[in-house]
Amino acid sequence: MIIKQLSVFLENRTGRLTELTGILAENDINISAFSIADTADYGILRMIVGRPEIAADVLRKNGFTVRITDVVGMIVPHRPGGLHKALQIISENGIAIDYMYAFASGDCKATVVIRADSLDRIIDVLQEHKLELLQAGDVYQL
Amino acid sequence: MIFNEKYECMDLAELKNVQSERLASLAGYVAKNNDIYRRRLAEAGITAAGIRSIDDITKLPFTTKEDMRDFYPFKLFSQGMENIREIHVSSGTTGNPTVVGYTREDLDLWGEVMARCLACAGAVPGDMVQNAYGYGLFTGGLGVHYGAIKLGCTILPMSAGLTARQLKLMQDFKPRILTCTPSYAIYMVEDAVKMGMDPRKSSWEVGIHGAEPWTDAMRQKIESSWDMIATDIYGLSEIIGPGVAQECHLKCGLHIFSDVFYPEIIDPVTNKPAPAGEYGELVITTLTKTGIPLIRYRTRDLTRLHAESCQCGRTLVRMEKCVGRSDDMLIIRGVNVFPSQIESVLLEMSETKPHYLLVVDRENNLDTIEIQVEVEEQFFSDEVRELENLRRRIHANISSLLGLSASIRLVEPGTIERSMGKAQRVVDKRKLN
Repeated sequence: MIIKQLSVFLENRTGRLTELTGILAENDINISAFSIADTADYGILRMIVGRPEIAADVLRKNGFTVRITDVVGMIVPHRPGGLHKALQIISENGIAIDYMYAFASGDCKATVVIRADSLDRIIDVLQEHKLELLQAGDVYQL
Repeated sequence: MIFNEKYECMDLAELKNVQSERLASLAGYVAKNNDIYRRRLAEAGITAAGIRSIDDITKLPFTTKEDMRDFYPFKLFSQGMENIREIHVSSGTTGNPTVVGYTREDLDLWGEVMARCLACAGAVPGDMVQNAYGYGLFTGGLGVHYGAIKLGCTILPMSAGLTARQLKLMQDFKPRILTCTPSYAIYMVEDAVKMGMDPRKSSWEVGIHGAEPWTDAMRQKIESSWDMIATDIYGLSEIIGPGVAQECHLKCGLHIFSDVFYPEIIDPVTNKPAPAGEYGELVITTLTKTGIPLIRYRTRDLTRLHAESCQCGRTLVRMEKCVGRSDDMLIIRGVNVFPSQIESVLLEMSETKPHYLLVVDRENNLDTIEIQVEVEEQFFSDEVRELENLRRRIHANISSLLGLSASIRLVEPGTIERSMGKAQRVVDKRKLN
């Protein structure tokens, strides 16, 4: 249920993100989803990739600051109210979310990547409510 | 081991006699051999015969860094070039560089005091010394070189840089002693890890580090990374180069070889002797040098002295690690700032590497200070909130120490230029205007 996300510290410098995507491309690593949190001086890139351990290694070798973070992928119907219903369940159970980002796939579903302190509780709560969760085994081929 | 027990463990009354005799003959020597000193002693109304005790030293005039530049290149020498065997030059950022010359006797003295330093740190005859101080006009490389030979060690004259080769020869030859700047000792850790080495398995057991300011936190980093003892050495080219003072394994201050380099602490504003045990500027007189002996040389290093004998057996006075150097001091919005203060804050937080850069600028007639800090991977959080907390904590700690507000910029590891020799920690853009 736990998905490995790569987090990378990026200085706000023209071309820095391009360097990173170039390295991933050269190493045949596919990016399934990503988001960037930006501040005035730096950004934090978060992404779900195929083969996260290898991706982290090659990025480190190229001088990037990388961290692997556990996240949960929640699958919601890709229609009005789909996300709302899922979030209601989480907030009604008093779970605080640190950050999240989402992407829609072609099959009328959307995946929401969630980072929170209490990932195990999120998993329990969502499963109780029969919400589908992304499996570690198939997420890397998204 | 103690290389020269006679002088390093001398009874203090006897030592005072030695210092007094040497100062008296030094006064006569410079008055005879150097025009500038002859004139200065005459102007001060001092005759060489009037200097009988080391206590008379306060009657003598100071020698300053400006003198070294004004009397460039050889006017402070007390011997003709026919008797000078070696010359060293330290780069000056402004004006003339500083030139020093060594006679045959001075080179023997240098070997003697550096042998004392190596032994004081823990080297014994038969050890191999990997010397990664720069060779050339800089005094670091050759000073260690002469001392290692004098002590009976095997010298590996690496010079600074070429880290991969340093690490290969360390693994193959297994030297017990490493001599280099503290920043280079830290720099090599990263390369060792990248090369797949476990730095803790290094053959080095004792490090002798100096030539730039460093902190106890840097010492801990060097010691824990390489699993060795890191000791502090002090010296300056005007006096001899490295070899003025050295820490023993007890690491409770640096033993000054005061039988040959007589230390005083003065108040740098009033130029009067500072009360015993107080901080002030270190002033050194070279009691036995012949090429370019200096009387009461103002080192600009701020420290204090401890007179009690050390448990290692040495009776020599000990100096604390320098707390600052007036050369490096920046005046930012009227506040005196030493880069070493900023370093100590960063290292105490232990969340950042000792890699930082201080950028001083002036905007709208107001000094600005920005500190770029590299974020170490193990503390990198992927939450903006956490990183901003880190930045706020650095800001708060530095502001409370310095009494001024600095902007903190978090940068990627490896983006601040690494040093092979002396670390550049400061970019002062105000000077360019």
